[in-house]
Amino acid sequence: MRIPYSWLMDWVCVPWSAQELGSRLTMAGLELEALEPAAPAFSGVVVGEILSAEKHPQADKLRVCRVSTGQGEPLQIVCGAPNARAGLKSALAIVGAKLPDNLTIKAAKLRGVESAGMLCSAKELGLSEASAGIVELPSDAPAGRDLREYLALDDLVLELNVTPNRGDAMSVIGVAREVAALSGGKLTEPAMPSGRPPRPAASLADTFGVHLDAPAGCPKFVGRVVRGVDNKAATPVWMRERLRRAGVRSISPVVDVTNYVMLELGQPMHGYDLAKLHGEIRVRYGRAGESITLLDGKSVEVQPDVLLITDGAGPVGIAGIMGGQRTAVSAETTDVFFESAYFSPDAIIGRALRWGLTTDASQRFERGVDPSQQERGVERATELLLLIAGGNAGPAVVRRSDDHLPARPAVTLRRKQLARLLGVDFDAERVRCSLVSLGMHVEATEEGWRVVPPPHRFDIAIEADLIEEAARIIGYQAIPEADANVPQRFGNLPSSRPLERELLQTLAQRGYHEAITYAFVDLQLQARLFPDLAGIALANPIASDLSVMRVSLWPGLLKAALENQRRQQDRIRLFEHGARFLAVGAATDGLGTTREIDTLAGIACGHRLPEQWGLPREMREPVDFFDVKGDIEALLAATGARAQFTFEPHALACLHPGRAARLQRDGQPVGWLGELHPSLVKALDFTYAPVVFELDIEPALAVERPAYREVSRFPQVRRDLAVVVDESIALSSLIERVTFTASSLLRDLRVFDVYRGPGVEAGRKSVALGLILQDISRTLTEDDVAGLMTAVVADLRVSLNAKIRE
Amino acid sequence: MQDLTSLVSEALGEVASSPDLGALDEARVRWLGKKGTLTEQLKSLGALPPAERPAAGQRINEAKERVQAAIEARREALQRAQVERELAVGRIDVTLPGRGEQRGGLHPVTLARLRMEELFRRAGFEIATGPEIEDDFHNFEALNFPPNHPARAMHDTFYFPDGRLLRTHTSPVQIRAMLSLGAPIAIVAPGRVYRCDSDMTHSPMFHQVEGLKVDENISFANMKAALHGFLQAFFERDLKMRLRPSYFPFTEPSAEVDMSCVFCEGGGCRTCKHTGWLEIAGCGMVHPNVLLASGIDAERYTGYAWGMGIDRLAMLRYGVSDLRLFFENDLRFLEQFRAL
Repeated sequence: MRIPYSWLMDWVCVPWSAQELGSRLTMAGLELEALEPAAPAFSGVVVGEILSAEKHPQADKLRVCRVSTGQGEPLQIVCGAPNARAGLKSALAIVGAKLPDNLTIKAAKLRGVESAGMLCSAKELGLSEASAGIVELPSDAPAGRDLREYLALDDLVLELNVTPNRGDAMSVIGVAREVAALSGGKLTEPAMPSGRPPRPAASLADTFGVHLDAPAGCPKFVGRVVRGVDNKAATPVWMRERLRRAGVRSISPVVDVTNYVMLELGQPMHGYDLAKLHGEIRVRYGRAGESITLLDGKSVEVQPDVLLITDGAGPVGIAGIMGGQRTAVSAETTDVFFESAYFSPDAIIGRALRWGLTTDASQRFERGVDPSQQERGVERATELLLLIAGGNAGPAVVRRSDDHLPARPAVTLRRKQLARLLGVDFDAERVRCSLVSLGMHVEATEEGWRVVPPPHRFDIAIEADLIEEAARIIGYQAIPEADANVPQRFGNLPSSRPLERELLQTLAQRGYHEAITYAFVDLQLQARLFPDLAGIALANPIASDLSVMRVSLWPGLLKAALENQRRQQDRIRLFEHGARFLAVGAATDGLGTTREIDTLAGIACGHRLPEQWGLPREMREPVDFFDVKGDIEALLAATGARAQFTFEPHALACLHPGRAARLQRDGQPVGWLGELHPSLVKALDFTYAPVVFELDIEPALAVERPAYREVSRFPQVRRDLAVVVDESIALSSLIERVTFTASSLLRDLRVFDVYRGPGVEAGRKSVALGLILQDISRTLTEDDVAGLMTAVVADLRVSLNAKIRE
Repeated sequence: MQDLTSLVSEALGEVASSPDLGALDEARVRWLGKKGTLTEQLKSLGALPPAERPAAGQRINEAKERVQAAIEARREALQRAQVERELAVGRIDVTLPGRGEQRGGLHPVTLARLRMEELFRRAGFEIATGPEIEDDFHNFEALNFPPNHPARAMHDTFYFPDGRLLRTHTSPVQIRAMLSLGAPIAIVAPGRVYRCDSDMTHSPMFHQVEGLKVDENISFANMKAALHGFLQAFFERDLKMRLRPSYFPFTEPSAEVDMSCVFCEGGGCRTCKHTGWLEIAGCGMVHPNVLLASGIDAERYTGYAWGMGIDRLAMLRYGVSDLRLFFENDLRFLEQFRAL
């Protein structure tokens, strides 16, 4: 909302500079977003009267003008503007003038003709974005007068951010009310800015019929006929200037006047070309299939919940949003019908956006327009139009349905509650005064006050609203800071829930960097990785490659890894902690339900270790399955329940079929680990095959509280075994058998080599096991150990067809 | 008896010139051993008159002691020299880098979030979470956003075909927490939020934290103290804070929270757009309708709520000027955040 400081001064005495005013309004809830000069700095520009304009002897497009500055000899000015003509008053930059963009005007010869200055366009003066010619000033502009002075350009414009609850502040009068409340001043009804007295209103008897067919949506409509206006008349410069400063383009007297009233009083208005209206006006809801061509030329179809202004021939406007083209005023318009209506916010809200529209009118009606001010709006518009464009007005005709106009029921404010909610006991008189200053009707009661808000306030319905108003006017800075006086309460600290920081740090310590990728991913990539999982698609994605919710953190991590590979990173380790989204139930009828799974996932590719000196050759290889498995095992160890986990070979479309494992905890799947499928490695153009993992945090990483077990005081014995088994025997089976046989005497079992090659038949492998044996109650004898090892070996021979290598 | 003095000087000379420990030991045996030259001297005492024997014996013993001391000194010197020779051979270049994995790190947004969580935990708040795919009730309706309300337009919402949506703020966690835990309650709820908006300063996904405290007499003054206390603790400095009246459907009274700019200390700079203030949060007293929708007696309880951008906290803490850097996952960026 752009409010020129000078316009505000018409309505209230502002005791502060524009800057100070901006701060005060900001601290009262109308945030100052910018404070801009009404015009950029320039000097030496005066009102000039073109006495004559002759064709330049050497150039067809230039004119040689004699321009009077009201005193002395007229100046000879060469000008290229098509509208430079005798009799025109315009902006003349005299020699020595400084224009915006640091342009200094010097005497010059243009194609051999002396020019003692420059006639300026609005654009050249920084008053508009574009201009068709030089500035056209009214004929009564005094020649020689400084232009800044004449147009009162030394003004500032406050750009205020008005929150959606404060429709009442979307006008000069609305901001003026706020200033009055803050400064203790009073609103003043301004005289006509031109200084001329308004012409008497109703000199005609003409009226135009209006019917409120949808009184809940439109409970009030004030109409007036004005005949004989000259819509070709020039809008006076003061009005054009104010419109410009408020950010509105001047179009024609009828349109300018309605815009002016809206900006000033907050009452959106519309002027119809009376000659194009048929029959009578009916305000009703749209009908199926109905459509209208709007003022901007766009044709839109309306729905049955869209309120329309119609005449005998159909819609002439969408209520509170935009008028229609068929009945629009033009330069030729002489007879006008003014609409000044109140539309309920409920009947307007959300409609304009359907057609991608946000209009000045819709913004105001959506938030609430003062339902008591329609008459005032039409009077103001009429007096301004008659002043500018002449004509005669008929009587203002009011149609209203009082039952449907918004009521302003009284709201109770208890002093105690005010003190309780704010934490400070404001002086009662101060509270009362601040509410009164906002136009509220305040009545004292035993507990506090009974308050009736003014009609322009749509946001005062409950006690808390009044508390905010009082606090706002007194100032939030008057509320102290105080610690809450509440009892000590200890929260839950479930020992099964892993501390997030520790999980993330575990991976960080192992060389991973945390990434944050979008929760919506590329549908194609995801479908390629997980052809069996349908992701949940967004209805309005921001980009086609961010259109579906991720079913895994891998699509995002793979993309992040690829981008880093493109940035010449040859060793990438990333992890992410976040939700993945699975559709549960029938995907055909909408979404069913969704599971959001708290997930920890990672990716590693490139060298096993950072490039460094003194590494053995095998440590310089690219990262493989077992490196990442080691990282996962570090996480699993942190659960204190490592023994509950197993890695099962398992196929997944996106993983290498021979290098993929499903992680299970007590037999339940809780995660995945594997090397990316070679076809994907190639398709995505990875230099090194990435190894990826994904864990469901809640089941996978839930912590078991350690329970102390007695430590044996007796010596431990180690026996090593080299067991030759078929390739198909998984290590886990071997461990299972040994653990079973050795039972309680086995304290630890280590795998310290896996060997294939000379000495071992093809298709078999030799696994070197170290058994650490110990008893809790005595020292193991040589016989105990020998007996146990014999049993272990015998079992392995039978159960796994193992041979023992000597 | 030989001339003791010349024997001693001969012995000392031999000790001094012993090139290594072996030679030194040979010298010791030769001079001080059972049959060593100096030991032998004692045997010649018998040849002296008895009156002279004690004095002569003492001289011989003194001579032996001198030689013994010289041997000890020489041994120490030789041992020291040997250790030094060994050390010289075992010298390494201590400036070579250490072996093994290099530490990774946490994302700066996570670092800021964990810091924020830690501070609020210490102040008695619990961490709460909620789903990112939300329904209209929790994201809007229960938060007192009527259908079609203009305030909804400020949230560029991502929708799913069935009408559900990606939460536009962390405020729905308020509702869920109050519905499940009731009052009194003190939580902070950090998480990802989504808005259909992307440019220099907006990302379609970003991070917010919601704070909520409801108890029997929680006031605006308490809220001020909590927010100011948090900001000062988070940024580890004295900061000015001001509350500006604002509007959120779910709080009344509502306020925007500004803090004095952490870069220019309020003097005015580019980050604060020369105002000296940084907008850091929105807050307010929980609207009675919200308490009602959450099953809490709005007459008995009052509460405050606030929402803050975690990405913004991280940007200010680490001096990151472009929000988008957080979501590019460039290792050269991430590697700057190895510190705990």
